Amino acid sequence: MILDSKIPGGSIEEKWTKHKFELKLVNPANKRKFTVIVVGTGLAGASAAASLGELGYNVKSFCIQDSPRRAHSIAAQGGINAAKNYKNDGDSVYRLFYDTVKGGDFRAREANVHRLAENSNLIIDQCVAQGVPFGREYGGLLDNRSFGGTQVSRTFYARGQTGQQLLLGAYQALMRQVAAGKVKMFPRREMMDLVVIDGKARGIIVRNLITGELESHVADAVCLCTGGYGNVYYLSTNAQGSNVTAAFRAYKRGALFANPCYTQIHPTCIPRHGDLQSKLTLMSESLRNDGRIWVPRKAGDTRSPDQIPEEDRYYYLEEKYPSFGNLVPRDVASRNAKQVCDAGLGVGNTKQAVYLDFADAIQRMGVAKITDEDPYKVPMRIFPAIHYTMGGLWVDYDLMSTIPGCFVLGEANFSDHGANRLGASALMQGLSDGYFVIPFTIGGYFAGTKLEKVSESDAAFEDCKKQTEERIHKLLSIKGHRTVNDIHRELGNALAALLTSSNSPKSSLSTLSIVKNLAVATSVKKARLRKAKQSAMTKTSATSVLGNTRATVSHRNSPRNLLPLITSTLLLGATNNERTEFDFEDLASEGCQDQSTMFLRTCPSWKCSTL
Amino acid sequence: MSFLEMLDIVNEEQMKQGKEGFAFDHDCREGICGMCSLVINGMPHGPDHATTTCQLHMRKFKDGDTIVIEPWRAAAFPVIRDCAVDRTAFDRIIQAGGFVSVNTGAAPEASTIPVPKADADRAFDAAACIGCGACVAACKNASAMLFVSAKVSHLSFLPQGKVEAKKRVLAMVAQMDKEGFGNCTNLYECQAACPKGITVDYIAKMNREYLGATVTYAEKVYGKD
Repeated sequence: MILDSKIPGGSIEEKWTKHKFELKLVNPANKRKFTVIVVGTGLAGASAAASLGELGYNVKSFCIQDSPRRAHSIAAQGGINAAKNYKNDGDSVYRLFYDTVKGGDFRAREANVHRLAENSNLIIDQCVAQGVPFGREYGGLLDNRSFGGTQVSRTFYARGQTGQQLLLGAYQALMRQVAAGKVKMFPRREMMDLVVIDGKARGIIVRNLITGELESHVADAVCLCTGGYGNVYYLSTNAQGSNVTAAFRAYKRGALFANPCYTQIHPTCIPRHGDLQSKLTLMSESLRNDGRIWVPRKAGDTRSPDQIPEEDRYYYLEEKYPSFGNLVPRDVASRNAKQVCDAGLGVGNTKQAVYLDFADAIQRMGVAKITDEDPYKVPMRIFPAIHYTMGGLWVDYDLMSTIPGCFVLGEANFSDHGANRLGASALMQGLSDGYFVIPFTIGGYFAGTKLEKVSESDAAFEDCKKQTEERIHKLLSIKGHRTVNDIHRELGNALAALLTSSNSPKSSLSTLSIVKNLAVATSVKKARLRKAKQSAMTKTSATSVLGNTRATVSHRNSPRNLLPLITSTLLLGATNNERTEFDFEDLASEGCQDQSTMFLRTCPSWKCSTL
Repeated sequence: MSFLEMLDIVNEEQMKQGKEGFAFDHDCREGICGMCSLVINGMPHGPDHATTTCQLHMRKFKDGDTIVIEPWRAAAFPVIRDCAVDRTAFDRIIQAGGFVSVNTGAAPEASTIPVPKADADRAFDAAACIGCGACVAACKNASAMLFVSAKVSHLSFLPQGKVEAKKRVLAMVAQMDKEGFGNCTNLYECQAACPKGITVDYIAKMNREYLGATVTYAEKVYGKD
């Protein structure tokens, strides 16, 4: 397959303007003849559904939560970047573009990033008009704060809940279109499959999470706005429902996945506190603006932090990176935190944390609630955590995946952040894709594509639904011994350990063995479980990872944990530079909603680096 | 360990024994999505002040305590199963008018309209509502006044939302009544239960706006009767 990114010609500043003009248009009266499915209602999904509805398209919007307002964009804290230059500190569209590309280790698609920087200012205008209560100066004008990886103040914020306020703006715009009859809302639905007819995405199969019924939905295009795959590592800052199933199903139908190795580790997370923890919680990166990160200079220093004098404190970021100090990009901050902890300088019971000292930013974060420690008295302990995935489904400049008619927006695509996303850029990308990119590019697709009429009763829909039913039936008829959470925990932790290690081929092979043996272990009798796992830990032979192994998993009540094994795929694909594939055909349970098992097999390779 | 992690363990044990798990809503587990919804020992979101269920920790209880868990109870929030309830009534209230009518691309430059910081801050205090419905669960009348007033106030404090303020308050209150939420009788239970510290001041503000709108606007829209 030849991947054509369809980046328009011309200088970087002209590409988007030129492209917008060159895209064919759909006559306003004809827009109502097209139906668009939007899966997900986070910043990308809600903004896309609302904007497309405003244009006159018929939109069907799906979310896994009980209300579109609960999508996980809501948890973003710190802010959203824009090149307004309100601080008069030398910011510009080009500088935002430059910082984003540089922060992403020059691996982002530059044309997309420049478009993102151009759109950033429009996003702020739009959100303010919607009533998003951004932080303001006493003069009544908008305030900015600084963020990691940049030396200008360009981040707009709404206290510690910028994501919530932006999402409510998009959600309210969406609700307005629902009231106007242009968007039909389908909450508590999980996307089970993508229906491809004549090579084009023409609909989806969803499961109604209340009744358990499968539903077919027809459309002329499908937009996946379903977020990233961070939860494959078990503990992450993602919500419990962020299960990457939609992207995975699209991948199974032929949409290529790019840069799976690029997983962002966020530097300022509250350290994990035990084995039964279900998720990690961040403190906003903007705290790094107010705080200083340090560890004791000598390993084995057991004094309480307030007893350690200034000269015995190692402010490692300030010493190593004097010009950025504590505001280095996230990957640099995380890597250094890991390094000092690996060197034995870590603090707290687990020795897997560093101190973040700060004075007044605490009240808006309410951290004492989680750790039961008073940050006024002792410095907070922080440690890096899996947070965001830069990789995702491959898209061209129009945000279309390798399946025509299947568009991918926001964190679910791969294009804008390279190998590392700068703080306050995720919100920017989600809203840029939804408000200001897809409304243009989807029109270009409709105007330039012949779409046959299809309906729910067509063979392709019936087949797809039947396959989904069979998959579920197969799963339901397997009686397993372990819960999905249990498997998820073991596998995810193994992958996370690998991810945060130095990624040597040897360690990736041992993780593959764990994966494989986990699969074996779950299909054999419980009594043999421990033995199998022990052997998993010791096998490193490459041959042990090949072959089809089936796992049986019991799972009753957590309908959303349709397993995240996919990223092992992704991760391993990254380290070995080849595509490895999991199939969740079987991960099963009785009497319950969702499940799957995995097959592990390697596939013909393609190089991540060529994308 | 958090309260929901405790429930995870209960459910895992149930599943291992081949029994049905216990259904409850949850998602972000960091106190912002508003999906978790349990009445714990008689209090929506449990005993901790200004804290959602997902941010409640087991260290707030003692060994041997009996913990009583119930769903949100309100006619407008039908129970789906166990402790999962249907809160789409809130979405329909927002659809009635809880937005600013601005199409994508139609916005003026962001700094065109200065907003006094005090107004922006008060709008923000109201906008902090996460739409969890604890206010309804806490109220003996199952009133949604705190939720509705928070959205009405958030938008009417800002110049961008003022244009449609009268129409909005009338439409949202009408929808609230239609959904079957009760009236406010000033018990302040909603304020005590709210995980985001929304105060009943906003209910007073909404009542004031509503009264004004019925006099100056309703006639224009709905006629004299």
